[in-house]
Amino acid sequence: MSVNRRQFLKIAGVSTVLGLGGATVLNGLKRGGLEATQLSPDPRALTAKRWGFVVDVSKLKTEADYQRCIDACHNIHNVPDHGNPKDEVKWIWKDTYEHTFPTTTESEFMNKELKEKNFLLLCNHCDEPACVRVCPTQATFKRKDGIVMQDMHRCIGCRFCMAACPFGARSFNYRDPRPKIKIENKEFPTRMIGVVEKCTFCYERIAKGLPPACAEASNGAIVFGDLEDPNSEARKIIASKFTVRRKPELGTQPSIYYVIGGHENA
Amino acid sequence: MYNGGKIIVGLVVFIALFAFPFYYNIGKAMEKPEPKTDTPAILQWEKEHGKKECVESKEFMRSEHMQLLNDWRDSVVRNGDRIYTNAAGKQFTMSLQNTCMNCHSNKKEFCDKCHNYMAVKPYCWGCHIQPKENKS
Repeated sequence: MSVNRRQFLKIAGVSTVLGLGGATVLNGLKRGGLEATQLSPDPRALTAKRWGFVVDVSKLKTEADYQRCIDACHNIHNVPDHGNPKDEVKWIWKDTYEHTFPTTTESEFMNKELKEKNFLLLCNHCDEPACVRVCPTQATFKRKDGIVMQDMHRCIGCRFCMAACPFGARSFNYRDPRPKIKIENKEFPTRMIGVVEKCTFCYERIAKGLPPACAEASNGAIVFGDLEDPNSEARKIIASKFTVRRKPELGTQPSIYYVIGGHENA
Repeated sequence: MYNGGKIIVGLVVFIALFAFPFYYNIGKAMEKPEPKTDTPAILQWEKEHGKKECVESKEFMRSEHMQLLNDWRDSVVRNGDRIYTNAAGKQFTMSLQNTCMNCHSNKKEFCDKCHNYMAVKPYCWGCHIQPKENKS
């Protein structure tokens, strides 16, 4: 059988690649490091392409409704309560209409009830997060499922992310948080002095197949779902009702939607 | 040599002081650290499975646990992969607080024994909550 030049080059090329590749693989195994196949996701984990919340403001009626969501989050995540606004650490909180939608044009005769209402605020888990772009150590990063995560092991406390975040969703530990934790959850770590922290979309609960704690405690006011899935409950609400996001003009594409209204006339 | 006597006396005093830790400890061997693996959880496991075993072999854990913990951390925090399959095919949830310390609930008698001996100070416990132990 005669081999022409074209066939010879093909065989030579393939065997070179195999030879080089094989050697690398063998060397890698000899190191005794962990192999990628040893690590796998929990089969119970909830998956999505882009997680998001839809918050129905009309369903949060009393102070207790807000506090229930806030406590549910802060208690399981060992969020300290320093008791003063300067050192405050918050993952989820409430604020006025003016502070929530400062750039939305408010009308002279707008609904008084709405104008005086509090809104439930948290990290927006933006699709184009400004905090991730400025982090010098990649301590904050965007996961494949859209959650903007904070890796406390890498945070050097430079606070660039706090300056970058247009929503004030990040808190710095100016003081040691340990003594100020009211109820200690033994299953979740605390933070230490000098790192930035924020809402993590309950990544540890999603990994176990549980909904985020605030959504669970909200009695249906917070619906969470995959914003990339047109059939998810969250997307259906967004498609059927009028929703707003905080500061959309900044182009960070927040993943938290607010349903305004909900009254008979709305 | 000017002031020879003073210099020599000074040198002798200096060397005697400098070498003090060495001759003070001559003949005294530092006690070898022996981390204890006799917590209720481990004894229970031994009763059920017939032997004490960790997520990997004792030898591997002794020499590589720091690398293993680093890999676990990166996998869980950065990739969201939380299940570890060991060499024998058994699966574990990767969690320092909820898996490692669940069995090794005696941090003082286990972690600290060797870490103090080797004078290493891992900063795990600045954030991760260590199990409650009797202070003695």
